[in-house]
Amino acid sequence: MAIDAATVRKVARLARIAEPEERIEALAQELNGIMTWIEQLAEVDTDGVEPLTSVVHAGLPLRDDVVTMGGDADIVTGNAPKSVGGFFVVPKVVE
Amino acid sequence: MTSLTSLTLKGALDGLEAGDFTSVELTRAHIEAVEAARGLNAFLYETPEKALSMAAASDARRALGAAGRLDGAPLGIKDLFCTDGVPTTAASRILEPFVPHYESTVTSQLWRDGAVMLGKLNLDEFAMGSSNETSAYGPVINPWRKSGSNQALTPGGSSGGSAAAVAADLCLGATATDTGGSIRQPASFTGTVGIKPTYGRCSRWGTVAFASSLDQAGPIAKTVEDAAILLTSMSGHDPKDSTSLNVPVPDFAAFVGKSVKGLRIGIPKEYRVDNMPAEIEKLWADGIAWLKEAGCEIVEISLPHTKYALPAYYIVAPAEASSNLARYDGMRYGLRAEGANLTEVYENTRAQGFGDEVKRRILIGTYVLSAGYYDAYYLKALKVRRRIAEDFDSAWERCDAILTPTAPSAAFGLGENSNDPIAMYLNDVFTVTTNLAGLPGLSLPAGLDANGLPLGLQIIGKPLDEGTVFSVAGAIEKAAGFTAKADKWW
Repeated sequence: MAIDAATVRKVARLARIAEPEERIEALAQELNGIMTWIEQLAEVDTDGVEPLTSVVHAGLPLRDDVVTMGGDADIVTGNAPKSVGGFFVVPKVVE
Repeated sequence: MTSLTSLTLKGALDGLEAGDFTSVELTRAHIEAVEAARGLNAFLYETPEKALSMAAASDARRALGAAGRLDGAPLGIKDLFCTDGVPTTAASRILEPFVPHYESTVTSQLWRDGAVMLGKLNLDEFAMGSSNETSAYGPVINPWRKSGSNQALTPGGSSGGSAAAVAADLCLGATATDTGGSIRQPASFTGTVGIKPTYGRCSRWGTVAFASSLDQAGPIAKTVEDAAILLTSMSGHDPKDSTSLNVPVPDFAAFVGKSVKGLRIGIPKEYRVDNMPAEIEKLWADGIAWLKEAGCEIVEISLPHTKYALPAYYIVAPAEASSNLARYDGMRYGLRAEGANLTEVYENTRAQGFGDEVKRRILIGTYVLSAGYYDAYYLKALKVRRRIAEDFDSAWERCDAILTPTAPSAAFGLGENSNDPIAMYLNDVFTVTTNLAGLPGLSLPAGLDANGLPLGLQIIGKPLDEGTVFSVAGAIEKAAGFTAKADKWW
């Protein structure tokens, strides 16, 4: 399963993190070291075991579908790197 | 009169109630201590003016006979909790300059009960780390030093600022969070008490997310009783967190000092790891002897999947983190870097904003969730997670609480483990199992090693049975008689 340079480039792209080309080899080695250590999980017999996704033994709670807050566009956009009149300003995506 | 900063939380609350001093006096003494201790790098942001105005309001409430459970007590807040109008960084450059317009549920409950905020405490970036060295603002320095040495030691992580601030008497208690050991390992490294409650006890709403199925808030405090008082205020159902448990919150402090006679204490044989320092073995044996003396029955138990907990954690936690941290895209808050197109803006923002350990975990998480690897890694880890939880289910048939060491070593030097991720991850070998199983775990100081550094013992309890955990911790605290403090050098 060794993680090679191509895998690192692919994963970094999926994660939307720009990794400079000179870092790729070192990262591949680092990640390989960690994944090799993780490989020991293969020793555990998990046949027929249900995956444990939540330790809370209760169904998801429901609540009334009502508006409890809102109408605060200026506050919501207050931390944005760029905003105008209660709107987020983002880079152009459609030419 | 002893200095106001050397009081315990309980002692300070009693003093306020008796009228020995005011909250303004108590708060001012702590503000001065915080300012004099900047060399520890424990606080990322101090709020002295807010603290003094909250203290004055507290004194007014007390004069009217309307004081709450924590009224007038100055606390520190881990900078992972969103605080209305006060910058919140998660110790990351990517959030700079984020100022929330809302308050986390946990902190809002502390203010509801009258507590005073001194400021925001340093941590590992997004709580990912065991030494505080991943903070974008530099590591916290442990107030403790080896005897006869000036070497800077880590306070542990990720709640290193919380632990150091409490150990150095900069605040009467602090909030913290624990995803794999981030409350208990720093508590062990600094001679303080920390508890991660049952998953779902404390609301996660308004706390910056790392790994949502594992993250839990809890306090770091000077004594077991102080930790119990703080946890009572921090706990409680919150409709804004769908995993928050809708169960009554007992007065946890009432369990401290209760007899532990007849309780069955499990000693898991798998926690005797290779190369464990003899001093930690001895401390554990001391703990067993103290509990036996107090009337507990000691039972050897087996948690056979213990060694698989950390590798499972390093799939589950990065997977959840890679998903949670996708929100830092430079659009709605924090840093935005330049780029030729939208994808480049995302990629450059995240490359510049995240530190190396956070990037490493996002990459691992993305990898194990990617097509072709999901079943082999992520699903496998979730199945191992169930095996670990089942280990505890079986153990509870034979015991009422479990006693273990908290960490495999005392505090180590800054820089000593930072080049070896796996060596760093092993710090959490005794604590991470309770996160995976959702159980409460408490660390309390029980002795010093040969270098004069504190060592902690951990008590693990059944789901929602923090009460028994506090009773057992109270018994050990009483027997250990741990009163050592770091010599003030800062």
